[in-house]
Amino acid sequence: MRVMAQLAMVMNLDKCIGCHTCSVTCKQAWTNRAGTEYVWFNNVETRPGQGYPRRYQDQERWKGGWELNRRGRLTLKAGGRFRKLLTIFANPLMPSIQDYYEPWTYDYDRLFSAPLQDDTPVARPRSLISGKPMKIGWSANWDDDLAGDPSPDPVLRKVSEQVRLEFERAFMFYLPRICEHCLNPSCVASCPSGALYKRSEDGIVLVDQDRCRGWRMCVTGCPYKKVYFNHRTGKAEKCTFCFPRVEVGIPTVCSETCVGRLRYIGLVLYDADRVAEAASVPDERDLYEAQKGVLLDPRDPAVIAAARDSGIPDDWLDAARESPIHRLIFEYGVALPLHPEYRTMPMVWYIPPLSPVVDVLAATGHDGEDAGNLFGAIDALRIPVGYLAELFTAGDPAPVRTVLRRLAAMRSYMRRLNLGQEPDESIARAAGMTGPQVEGMHRLLALAPYAERY
Amino acid sequence: MAGMDGPVSDALLRMGRHLRPGTVSPDLRALYQVGGRQADDFYRDRWSHDKVVRSTHGVNCTGSCSWKVYVKDGIITWEAQQTDYPSVGGDRPEYEPRGCPRGAAFSWYTYSPTRVRYPYARGVLVELYREAKARLGDPVAAWAEITSDPDKRRRYQSVRGKGGLVRITWDEACEIIAAAHVHTIKTYGPDRIAGFSPIPAMSMASHAVGARFISLIGGAMLSFYDWYADLPVASPQVFGDQTDVPESADWWDAAYLMLWGSNVPVTRTPDAHYMAEARYRGQKVVVLAPDYSDAAKFADEWLAPRPGTDGALAMAMGHVILKEFFADRATPAFTEYVKRFTDLPFLVRLRERGGTYVPDTFLTAAELDRPEGAFATVLLDARTGAPAVPNGSLAFRYSERGEGRWNLDLDGVDPLLTVYGGEAVPVALPRFDDGGGVLERGVPVRRVGGHLVTTVYDLLLAQYGVARDGLPGRWPSGYEDAAEPYTPAWQEQITGVPARAAARIAREFAANAEQSGGRSMIIMGAGTNHWFHSDTIYRAMLALTTLTGCQGVNGGGWAHYVGQEKCRPITGWAQLAFGLDWQRPPRQMIGTAYWYLHTCQWRYDTYSADAVSSPLADGAFAGKATADLLAQSARLGWMPSYPTFDRNPLDLADEAGAAGDGPAAYVAGEVAAGRLGFACEDPDAPGNWPRVLTVWRANLLGSSAKGNEYFLRHLLGADSAVRAQEAPPDRRPGDVAWVDEAPRGKLDLLLSLDFRMTSTTLFSDIVLPAATWYEKHDLSSTDMHPFVHAFTPAIDPPWQTRTDFAAFHAIARAFSDLARTHLGTRNDLVALPLLHDTPDELATPHGRVHDWRATGRPPTPGRDFPKVVVVERDYGAVAEKMASLGPLLERLGATTKGLTYDVSGEIDRLARMTGTAPNGRPSLARDRDLCEAILALSGTTNGRLAAQGFATLARRTGTSFDGLADEHRQITFADTQARPVPVITSPEWSGSESGGRRYAPFTINVEHRKPWHTLTGRQHFYLDHHWMHEAGEALPVYRPPLNMTALFGEPPLGEQSEQGVVEGVVVRYLTPHSKWSIHSEYQDNLLMLTLSRGGPTIWMSPADAAKAGIGDNDWVEAVNRNGVVVARAVVSHRMPEGTVYMYHAQERVVDVPKSETSGLRGGIHNSLTRLLVKPTHLIGGYAQLSFAFNYLGPTGNQRDEITVIRRRGQEVDY
Repeated sequence: MRVMAQLAMVMNLDKCIGCHTCSVTCKQAWTNRAGTEYVWFNNVETRPGQGYPRRYQDQERWKGGWELNRRGRLTLKAGGRFRKLLTIFANPLMPSIQDYYEPWTYDYDRLFSAPLQDDTPVARPRSLISGKPMKIGWSANWDDDLAGDPSPDPVLRKVSEQVRLEFERAFMFYLPRICEHCLNPSCVASCPSGALYKRSEDGIVLVDQDRCRGWRMCVTGCPYKKVYFNHRTGKAEKCTFCFPRVEVGIPTVCSETCVGRLRYIGLVLYDADRVAEAASVPDERDLYEAQKGVLLDPRDPAVIAAARDSGIPDDWLDAARESPIHRLIFEYGVALPLHPEYRTMPMVWYIPPLSPVVDVLAATGHDGEDAGNLFGAIDALRIPVGYLAELFTAGDPAPVRTVLRRLAAMRSYMRRLNLGQEPDESIARAAGMTGPQVEGMHRLLALAPYAERY
Repeated sequence: MAGMDGPVSDALLRMGRHLRPGTVSPDLRALYQVGGRQADDFYRDRWSHDKVVRSTHGVNCTGSCSWKVYVKDGIITWEAQQTDYPSVGGDRPEYEPRGCPRGAAFSWYTYSPTRVRYPYARGVLVELYREAKARLGDPVAAWAEITSDPDKRRRYQSVRGKGGLVRITWDEACEIIAAAHVHTIKTYGPDRIAGFSPIPAMSMASHAVGARFISLIGGAMLSFYDWYADLPVASPQVFGDQTDVPESADWWDAAYLMLWGSNVPVTRTPDAHYMAEARYRGQKVVVLAPDYSDAAKFADEWLAPRPGTDGALAMAMGHVILKEFFADRATPAFTEYVKRFTDLPFLVRLRERGGTYVPDTFLTAAELDRPEGAFATVLLDARTGAPAVPNGSLAFRYSERGEGRWNLDLDGVDPLLTVYGGEAVPVALPRFDDGGGVLERGVPVRRVGGHLVTTVYDLLLAQYGVARDGLPGRWPSGYEDAAEPYTPAWQEQITGVPARAAARIAREFAANAEQSGGRSMIIMGAGTNHWFHSDTIYRAMLALTTLTGCQGVNGGGWAHYVGQEKCRPITGWAQLAFGLDWQRPPRQMIGTAYWYLHTCQWRYDTYSADAVSSPLADGAFAGKATADLLAQSARLGWMPSYPTFDRNPLDLADEAGAAGDGPAAYVAGEVAAGRLGFACEDPDAPGNWPRVLTVWRANLLGSSAKGNEYFLRHLLGADSAVRAQEAPPDRRPGDVAWVDEAPRGKLDLLLSLDFRMTSTTLFSDIVLPAATWYEKHDLSSTDMHPFVHAFTPAIDPPWQTRTDFAAFHAIARAFSDLARTHLGTRNDLVALPLLHDTPDELATPHGRVHDWRATGRPPTPGRDFPKVVVVERDYGAVAEKMASLGPLLERLGATTKGLTYDVSGEIDRLARMTGTAPNGRPSLARDRDLCEAILALSGTTNGRLAAQGFATLARRTGTSFDGLADEHRQITFADTQARPVPVITSPEWSGSESGGRRYAPFTINVEHRKPWHTLTGRQHFYLDHHWMHEAGEALPVYRPPLNMTALFGEPPLGEQSEQGVVEGVVVRYLTPHSKWSIHSEYQDNLLMLTLSRGGPTIWMSPADAAKAGIGDNDWVEAVNRNGVVVARAVVSHRMPEGTVYMYHAQERVVDVPKSETSGLRGGIHNSLTRLLVKPTHLIGGYAQLSFAFNYLGPTGNQRDEITVIRRRGQEVDY
């Protein structure tokens, strides 16, 4: 056992209001400068939708992440490093600026400088790449709130037989994304210069700006497309998990400014020796459990001893024991990894969203708080379980269903307390939990103040 | 062990790991690294900063979020939310962090290319001015010449909005502005000057300083809450209150929550988490919205009523609640509540009409010859069957005999809710669905003192169609009866919401209220509040929360979040903003009427005011135009009217003084004799035009101006895309003069202060560069949270920008310099409307209208005519008065909502804190002083005043408010700079924060038996004013959206107009609030434009898009009689067929090409709308239907509009 510490995040999508405050505060702090105009270390995608860059989840097209070869061994989907070295000057697996979007500004100055003329002055859009007037046709968030046609969404295509994009059955949710700071980062493995590295003390994945030679193999290697190319400096840049902040004990910008209060940050411990093995399980649907299996119980004396051997200080072990992340993944079992099938062992986890029942124009409906209807409603929710499963569990609906049942059970259980009735332990039991566990989860998901979220 | 694949790459990597500083994992997958961090210095450097300053964003948003503004090397770098709000107790989510993406993008403006850095003016005007001044040697003479010479006037007015701005100095700008003001006061009168600046709560000092200037010179401040249509007129109608709502942390207390026409994640972003989190506590959430909105994502159920039909759904829900929780089974909690806290048990007289009966006025003590009089409403005591006059009605509010009796104590009386069981008579009730008609229902009756009466409750059951055995009339056979209003099946035809869903939600809502003690809440938003008939929609919705005993309960009742933004330290702010410390009264005008008249929109009313009348009306509106009713309202003193008379009020004051029998008598006599006219009766006469308008903290022409193109054409004299025809001769007003050619260019000077370029600055004659919110001291509060907190400058105002405070003081100094010689000291005759929360409310017994012009009886000022007051104005001293606190405060106190506070004790303290001005008064020379004074003079921020106010109130009510106010706490400006500070419970508001409790409205009324400020002192279902009967709205009722085809000849909804090719489709045109802007602010912000679609868009359904051949991101034009909009289409299946959204306040500044239809720059969202004034909003002088500023007045609604939308040529021309 080789114990390492990892900073991880959980985002509760059930609470995300899709406001993009995280994106804006992140951009203002980190990437509102020449060369990174198009770069959003943090972005929020409406689902269903194409995402940013568009259709990045289509790994048949972009070849990000890892796959198992015929011998069952991990290999970069875009080809091993050796092949990369050979194709270093010609990389067809790079999204173009049009796949992200062509950043623009406006001729705002015309509003002041326009001479006396026939028409009211206006600021026209102008490309920040070419400097020429442009017609805006794509952006980092073009399909916000189901704008346009979401059908090219690669995730949607996998479950297209279950989904109809029509008013009566409309559904949507928001997916905020940062770098996954993976345990098995394919960007790091892709870099021919050894410029990407994972910080040994906290697992944050960074680009060494001195060492980066701008080969951009990391961009291809990352299946989440969360490494960006600064076209001014010619170097790769990416989300730093706000290390200058977390080093002094304050949360990332995106977390602290999240007005939905849906982000949690915490330390987890993992066994570095078992990462590759776990990332190599043959069945993609086993990856969620395999990934959990790599994470260690910070209360286990053996783990504590091994962690001390690895030089992890005691206050870090305290942090791991208090970590909301560990509780959400293990004790409450409601957090799931994003696209485990990429085999990168992502360390930003998500609680999937509940949604209205699909009966807007029908005559009757379920009462989501009524324990009798509680679990029947899960499969009548607007967001198809299959869609969520394609995001979080490589298509396996069972874990998603379990999470949604637990969230629904919490609501039903707590409603009785809200109305001054006796707690009903059977509701908790039906979701595989105990009453105190449900109340603990309620506290963490609903109440947790600043100090308990981070 | 698993590992990397491929022997060759393995070998290479094994070799490579020895060349690197880090550690390669044994399986060669990953590179770990410690040290060598110099490479990351860039990010550490970028994070570093010199200071962090607390501020917020100052207008037009309810957020009042406290922000950290980061500064490095004297440059604002970015902002992030503060997280240090005081705890709300640990039993619920805290208020951190509050903010939204728009606020987070604010600092972009600071150094952006749209920042106004210098004073600008229209070049043509500057040339004219300089030439005239050089020749004439006097600024006032120069301004007089260029504005009175028709050619010169036309030259600068006609190029408004066409570029050609030039930089000028502050000194020259102030001189021109001062000259314009002086000239206007001298020539036309101070009431020809107006100021527009909304939402004081969000930056109280910035608002107050300008309003103070306008008020001191005698100009009119224009209302905004009613003008924005954010005022729910139902609130004064039902509660006698402007608006009072729960703070957002109180959503947590609700066990059942309906979000009705309110998209909380978008419009209340900082607090949306309470809604998300309360679900985890088992709160059920129902979202009612026509589209699959951001809020629908959080719903347990989503109902999609057709736009504007919400009232039908609410009426049907009321039907279910009345039937199941009142008629079929008495619910004791509900019954007890409505008996004590509503007008339901009160008696209403029935009047015979055409062989049946109609409800008339409340029975009062006057009809029973009891001494309490015509404002004492009567009920029956269930124990004795005898009539009783309970405490708490208006009769007890001001009278001597009422002292100690203005309360809700029943003194042993058990109000009888229904007189069912004996005699019954048929009643006729109006209906407006299905083209209008009459419902024949019946009510039980009694005879009291010779009057045939029933209870409001009995009328309500009849109105809602809840049958009881033995009553005459036609009743629904059951919920499935679609023919009889107001059943669930009836509403399904109208709203599209399934009958059973409507019934079930209503049942759940009420059952939850019964189970939880009233913790059922409706968050109601602009989707229901911006319609012409929104007051009826709201009354139907409020019936749900009131019948179920939810009002005045934490976690229950209405939660109206449409722009009101509570200025918590209201008393101090009002004294300073309106200059009440120096001169009273100020001029305060209803914005909607002002714009309706002065932008000539009344001339385009091609329908009669009778169009809104009840089928049972007596004809009060018959043959009248809306402008006639407006003039009537003004001459009866119901609503304010500025400019008031067709004469300069300074001259009028002199004439009145010379006449010698008092100004009121003189004016009334002159008007009665026809020698003096009201300006609103001849609004197009040049002497009656508004001449000078100052807009600050606002963007009238890019945001709130309904009928935008009419503003451009008539107020400004600029190009416009109006396509409508004026009213034909037979539809023109009778009492309002018609000139054949409508004026173009009424306004002499449009002055704006802003930090960014907007549609308003583009059309302004002078633009002053304003400091941003991060560059000034100020105060902020909201209804969403119970804190006050500060703005503190992160940097000094850069370039030549100035704070509003500094700008208005500079203007005041320039003005005073010119005024000293040109104006001197003058008397100003101010006409005032009858005011709410004063004895003026007693002017119209029974709401029976007396129009002296019709009867020939001479008018009585203060009863059926405005009050008349003469104010002395020392025009040379305006700057000095601006900068110091005047002496009227000690003499007259400070009054809020009828309660007067003795603030003399605070004046000395202020003088010690802020120092004294040269005149010996407390200094207001700095913005910080103004903030300090606001805090010191308000109960919410000065516990001494709060306690004193409660003591005063207790004498009137005879009940106790002990323990509510934290008497020993005084909040200073420094406190608010350090951290958001919780306010103190004060009688200025109706709820309590005492003991860390969450604020919910009316808890003081319910728990301390304090009456509502209404006729009965209770919440009203019934409104007995004559005009309410004329409109058919005495009771809650469903009124459909206006029929624009019938009123204006627009093509019918849903029609596909084909002219060779598919030309377009006719759709409902809605302008809900945007995710990417707060009104027009941020819609030009590069970050928000980047996250959205980069320019103006219109959202539409795939079905409508297909009908008009429109594809996603195609350029489209939306055209109706009011104008044209050019935008790009967003086609989305979350939109319902037949309705398009153009999100609010997308203006013409960014990426708007020229229109094919008009040839002009394609307009703003309000280019397709226009003002439609609802007559009942003009009622005044009667109980809660009395004017107060931003409290009651006609709304500037805009939702009933429709448009043709069509695909245009895709090659656009700018």
